[in-house]
Amino acid sequence: MLKRAVLLLAPWFAIVAAWYAIAYSGFVNEALIPTPLAVATRFWELLTQARLPLDIWMSTQRVFLGVAAGITLAVPVGFVLGWYRQIRSFIDPLINFFRALPPIALIPLVVVYFGIGEFAKVVILFYASFFAGVIVMYEGIAQISPIYVRVAKTLGATDWEIFRKVIIPLTVPHMLTALRVALGVAWATLVASELIAAQQGLGALIQNASSFFQLDIIYVGIICIGFIALAMDIAIRAFTRRLVSWQDRIA
Amino acid sequence: MKRPARISFENVALEFPGKNGPVKVVDNVSYEIGNGEFVSIIGPSGCGKTTMMNMVAGFLQPTSGRVLVDGKPVKGPGPDRGVIFQEYGVFPWLTVRENIAFGLTLSASKKPKAERDEICNRYMKLMGLGDFADAYPKMLSGGMRQRLAIARAYAVKPQFLLMDEPFGALDAQTRAHMQDLLLQALQTEGKTVMLITHSVEEAVYMSSRIVVMTARPTRIREIIEVPFSYPRDPSLHEDPLFGQLRSRVRSLVMREYAAQARQTHETTD
Ligand SMILES: Nc1ncnc2c1ncn2[C@@H]1O[C@H](COP(=O)(O)OP(=O)(O)O)[C@@H](O)[C@H]1O
Ligand SMILES: [Mg+2]
Repeated sequence: MLKRAVLLLAPWFAIVAAWYAIAYSGFVNEALIPTPLAVATRFWELLTQARLPLDIWMSTQRVFLGVAAGITLAVPVGFVLGWYRQIRSFIDPLINFFRALPPIALIPLVVVYFGIGEFAKVVILFYASFFAGVIVMYEGIAQISPIYVRVAKTLGATDWEIFRKVIIPLTVPHMLTALRVALGVAWATLVASELIAAQQGLGALIQNASSFFQLDIIYVGIICIGFIALAMDIAIRAFTRRLVSWQDRIA
Repeated sequence: MKRPARISFENVALEFPGKNGPVKVVDNVSYEIGNGEFVSIIGPSGCGKTTMMNMVAGFLQPTSGRVLVDGKPVKGPGPDRGVIFQEYGVFPWLTVRENIAFGLTLSASKKPKAERDEICNRYMKLMGLGDFADAYPKMLSGGMRQRLAIARAYAVKPQFLLMDEPFGALDAQTRAHMQDLLLQALQTEGKTVMLITHSVEEAVYMSSRIVVMTARPTRIREIIEVPFSYPRDPSLHEDPLFGQLRSRVRSLVMREYAAQARQTHETTD
């Protein structure tokens, strides 16, 4: 238990140590590398005296809405593409075409069509999470062995029973993986989405700080995004382990 | 004494679409399986045994001729015909108990909870799975998974058992144990059985009749009656008559393998 904790924390300490080493090495201009302590102090300040909680709240909310919408669409679409291979061969290039477009390149169009409000930001996150989710989903579904459906048929299952009692349970693990991947991608796209005239949010915080060259605040913003994304990933994984403990390996 | 036919093949042929036109896999096969018979189908691999079983199971329709179960052409799969696949097909997301109960939760054979439990307990016991009631299949060995698949098929009380090389993936000891377990289960609850196997030993030990198939397109090479009565005992393997029968079936099967090898040779030349 203790050994595990040490192993888990060691790389983080290594990063902090390397960070200090670079800051104090003299190779880099000190103004360009705030020390971890300076960043931590600034973090505490922003958290207690300024708007960091609001930024976190706004960003989290956008990610949630974008991912919720993206996954809601990605699950049925991914399912159909995975299940009906004939359709997939037509749609596959299309999906890869859209997935390859960086969300940041779409911002001008999103602004034209959806304005500069909350909705436009969520649209960007929706876009990113949908395409990430749909691919995970259909790759997973396409790998489901047809034997389970055949077995269910020989036991007398109707089509509806097959769907409810065989296909849904087999789909759940892939839904959870799609959700995980979509959340990761959405957090990675957050800063881009908040390029659209955001006043609040971690992306907005980073951009404002960059206009004033406040490097410590930029670091605070980046680290917050990383840790929130990590926390959500851990939570979904724990949930997955409980919900689909029957799986041989849990991704 | 002629028993009424439960499964009949009437001039059955089946073609699969291939790159250069249709490929004939089953060619004019006719035979009957009577009530309570245990028929093994044996023949070179790739000859069309699984294809024949799939027509009885209802997954494939003959191109010509008819496959009848109790006098009616097979339309599709159904719970009257239990199917055991080589790759088991146990549901990994259900526990042992839930796997066995699966068929009993379907509208076709729905049973109340108490009765389901009772049926599960009975077949867990019969198949030696009692200690694993709440385990998921990932915890089970290959032999146990196949026992689970058999228990699950038994739970809906099929009149037929169709088995496609069910023990092919098991080691020799487990295989022998499974053969006895299955014969024992059939002793308690008789069924009409169609077993596809690669093993001459298994066919002679278990069946009342053996159908030897030719290389593709498959036809019936010979039908061999197995004279031993049930219940069968493992000591049968040592019986001289058993040995003679085994040699006879083996030489028939080997000849078909040789024929197949020649065919492959010709087509690749
Ligand atoms: N769905 C299919 N489409 C085309 N060819 C098939 C199909 N299923 C089986 N075959 C071919 O039919 C032949 C017989 O297959 P099968 O019945 O599985 O043989 P086996 O006797 O080994 O069980 C094989 O040559 C196989 O390649
Ligand atoms: Mg086969």
